[in-house]
Amino acid sequence: MENQFYTLHDFLVYTKFAAYILMGLTLLGFLGFWLFLTGRDEDKEIH
Amino acid sequence: MATENSAVKKSLYTPFNVVVGVIFLVGVVITFLRFTKGLGAVTNLSDNNPWGMWISFDLLCGVALAAGGYTTSAACYVFGLKRYHSAVRPAILTAFLGYSMVVVALLYDVGRPWRLPYPFLVQAGTTSVLFEVGLCVMLYLTTLFVEWLPACFEWLGFQKPRDLIIRITLALTILGVILSTMHQSSLGALYLIVPSKLHPLWYSMYLPVFFFVSSIAAGLSMVIFEGTLSHHYLHGRMDATYLREHDDVVLGFAKGAAMVLALYFMIKVVGIAIDNKWNYLLTGYGAWFLVELLGFVGLPAFLYAIAVREQNLKLAKWTAVLTVLGIILNRFNTSLVAFNWQLPPADRYFPSWMEIAISVYLVTLGLLVFRFIAIRMPIFYEDPRYRQHVPHEGEEEEGPEFTEHKLHRHPQTFGH
Repeated sequence: MENQFYTLHDFLVYTKFAAYILMGLTLLGFLGFWLFLTGRDEDKEIH
Repeated sequence: MATENSAVKKSLYTPFNVVVGVIFLVGVVITFLRFTKGLGAVTNLSDNNPWGMWISFDLLCGVALAAGGYTTSAACYVFGLKRYHSAVRPAILTAFLGYSMVVVALLYDVGRPWRLPYPFLVQAGTTSVLFEVGLCVMLYLTTLFVEWLPACFEWLGFQKPRDLIIRITLALTILGVILSTMHQSSLGALYLIVPSKLHPLWYSMYLPVFFFVSSIAAGLSMVIFEGTLSHHYLHGRMDATYLREHDDVVLGFAKGAAMVLALYFMIKVVGIAIDNKWNYLLTGYGAWFLVELLGFVGLPAFLYAIAVREQNLKLAKWTAVLTVLGIILNRFNTSLVAFNWQLPPADRYFPSWMEIAISVYLVTLGLLVFRFIAIRMPIFYEDPRYRQHVPHEGEEEEGPEFTEHKLHRHPQTFGH
């Protein structure tokens, strides 16, 4: 019975759809933060 | 003669001494009450709230903020970042004293403190998370004690035992990292048993991961914070190597803390998504949760990143303060504010002034012992007889003579 989905909302909650999307965005966000954090490292090495 | 006596009197009654004296006097009186009249005489603990201020602040915050010991020694000895070598001994000393204060606080908090060794000697509860925490803390405190001993032996002039411990530094570091990983996370795991008592926004099956990851950020930030205070008050005990490496330590640790905080922020958000707790964010507790997450995790991560990009030491040091406050807030939220959140206000816990006074007393005691050791032992400098420092490329080797600085207050503050 638990596997029967009557609405799109039920389906999204059951499959943790939002969590998986968020995990993907998190990975991209983490990559972006790393680039922001280390963005000026090369400049420092040159100087 | 009369002038000399008045000078001695004047030096004894400094504002610092008076404040410390009052704290100690109050602390000793409450300690007497605690151990003669019992917990009920000095605390607001009850059956609903058996863990209070001493567990939240002294234990949970104390252990998290003492994480600088394993993070710094791991960075230096395991990951080979030798440029942070000068930060290892202060970090080890901070961790050792931090854990010592945790155990002292436990003596106050445990109903029958003389039974503290029972789990190890009489009745081991090997399936209990609390047993694992206790065992790890005991073993890690012993490890930290051994890691601190070389500084003590150098001070006392015991070369052979000092050399013996130096040879097993890597093994001690690895042991410290393993034990810390285990009990930092287990402190979070303790709260897995109370899903109905802890507010859903703070309760998660990933609590052990949250506690462990946040402890790394706490440890790195505490090294920056403690280094800043030491730079201000113990500047005269620092040698040229320590002073030269200080800025590099601050920016390097700020970079590490930025990454860890960003990771912590992201796994916290994913934790909310996985358990589908978005609806709680629109409540009062949700607003408080967002203050903690955005103001004390997300904001410091961003500020650390700015500080690293701009090479802004002042910003990095203030961000370390913000991060330390954030970790304290998180531990308080988990163990006090969001704990028993469904109870009526009359049954909620708020610490008595005597519980707060004992916490202040223990922190003051720890600070004084730190100062006592740092002034006498080679913590911020390397004794030339045992010099380990390898000069960086292009750096001149220092002469063998060690010139002891006179102790004086450093005029610069966080702005250095």
